[in-house]
Amino acid sequence: MSTRSTDILYDAPGPRARARNTVLTVVVVVVALLAAYTMVAKLGEKNQLDPALWTPFLRGDVWINLIVPGLLNTLSAALVASLIAVPFGFVLGIGRLSDHALIRVPAGVVVEFFRAIPLLIMIFAVMYGGSAVFGLTVTPFAAVVVGLVLYNGSVLAEIVRAGIQAVPRGQSEAAYAVGLRKGQVMRMILLPQAVTAMMPAIVSQLVVLLKDTALGFIVSFEDLLNAGARVLPSNFNNLIPSVIVIAVVYIIINLVVGAVATWLERRSRRSRKTTATPVEPPGAIVVAGTTPGVSAVD
Amino acid sequence: MQALLDEFPVILNAFWLTIRLTLASGAAALVLGTILAAMRVSPLPVLRGIGTAYVNILRNTPLTLVIVFCGLGLGLVLDVSFSTSLSTNYLWLSIIGLSAYTAAFVCEAIRSGINTVPVGQAEAARAIGLTFSQNLRLIVLPQALRAVVAPLGSILIALTKNTTIAAAIGVTEASLTMKTLFEAHGDAVVPIFFGFALGFLVLTLPTGLLFTWLSRRLAVVR
Repeated sequence: MSTRSTDILYDAPGPRARARNTVLTVVVVVVALLAAYTMVAKLGEKNQLDPALWTPFLRGDVWINLIVPGLLNTLSAALVASLIAVPFGFVLGIGRLSDHALIRVPAGVVVEFFRAIPLLIMIFAVMYGGSAVFGLTVTPFAAVVVGLVLYNGSVLAEIVRAGIQAVPRGQSEAAYAVGLRKGQVMRMILLPQAVTAMMPAIVSQLVVLLKDTALGFIVSFEDLLNAGARVLPSNFNNLIPSVIVIAVVYIIINLVVGAVATWLERRSRRSRKTTATPVEPPGAIVVAGTTPGVSAVD
Repeated sequence: MQALLDEFPVILNAFWLTIRLTLASGAAALVLGTILAAMRVSPLPVLRGIGTAYVNILRNTPLTLVIVFCGLGLGLVLDVSFSTSLSTNYLWLSIIGLSAYTAAFVCEAIRSGINTVPVGQAEAARAIGLTFSQNLRLIVLPQALRAVVAPLGSILIALTKNTTIAAAIGVTEASLTMKTLFEAHGDAVVPIFFGFALGFLVLTLPTGLLFTWLSRRLAVVR
């Protein structure tokens, strides 16, 4: 029901309702301003409004030397993890649809296991397990990437499975009827259509992946959050200002990637290259007319 | 394996803290999320704007950042204090972070639920003269909430897993305890990991089943 708007919950305001709405609007604005004032006053009381804490963000060298290296680490962890997680997800997702129980069952177990346990537990396990079991020195970067690949690869596997199942049965039936083999049906008929349908869900999941790189902070990965919560405060003693600025950077990146997902979804909805309807990300909350950004839970 | 048995009480305690974190943040997020959803469908553009801004900011910020802001920003810099005990204080601060973050997702789930209520319901309510808040409270929200039991279940499962991030500010829930045990028992990393993984499976799988059952039982028959 994409045309559905929520303003059917109330009548079009008449003169009295308009007057009441104006009064209520004023009340809300006053309360909001009071709340904002209380917060700002509290910040002022703790000397958090001192210009010395905020001006570092106007200096180019602070961005270049302290923030951008963290940003690059965050982006490269996200990029490397995405590049591995997407094929990993395809292998697992297609594996779960296999006719052979020997492939289907292990793929299912892997997907369900890594989806059910928290990512942080995985990252800790890779860090400590790598050295204890295999005698390897695992860098925080590697631990974050491996954790992200295992978790997001499993989520992507579910997206892939849903995407392939979203292709109408007639497509594969027709393909078998003209004599294609199983592998050919998957490669030539199902996957090309499924990919178009699952593209938006994959990009949404990659936003989640990007957000989750911040977990690296807990294992001392020198990412963007590390720049905001450790590096900058140790230089300028400005934890609150720098965490706020870093949050803005994260929000901008996620909104941009989220907007790409929305654009892809519109494109695939009107695409005639596929018979499948777009797949929703697992756990996604779909509301008509939502703004771009993260839609999946977690 | 022996390490796992020896440390069993410690592990149980850690998971008990995880459960308490989940329940406390879940309850707070449900209340805050419902209020936010009501704001986002209200007739006042200001309220809608505040709700939208809140949801978009919190949803697009990494949870780790939210928790670090609550723990270090609110706790250390602004001296927000709930308890004289340092660990209890960080526990409450992490609950604030978890519920503030989760509320954004609860709000979106409830809003999607409002969209599943047939238009005729709200129109009939208006026809008999109910105001916006009566319409929402008596007609739309009860049906909307019953429609989103399953999504709220997935949010609760995600929250259970997300409580591990409270480790960032030193709350000794399951993940931080696992890390401590890894350090103490370097020879038993694998059994300890599977012990904790099993713990999370025990928490999340029944939650999923329960909410699937509930969502069927509570579904509005149309």
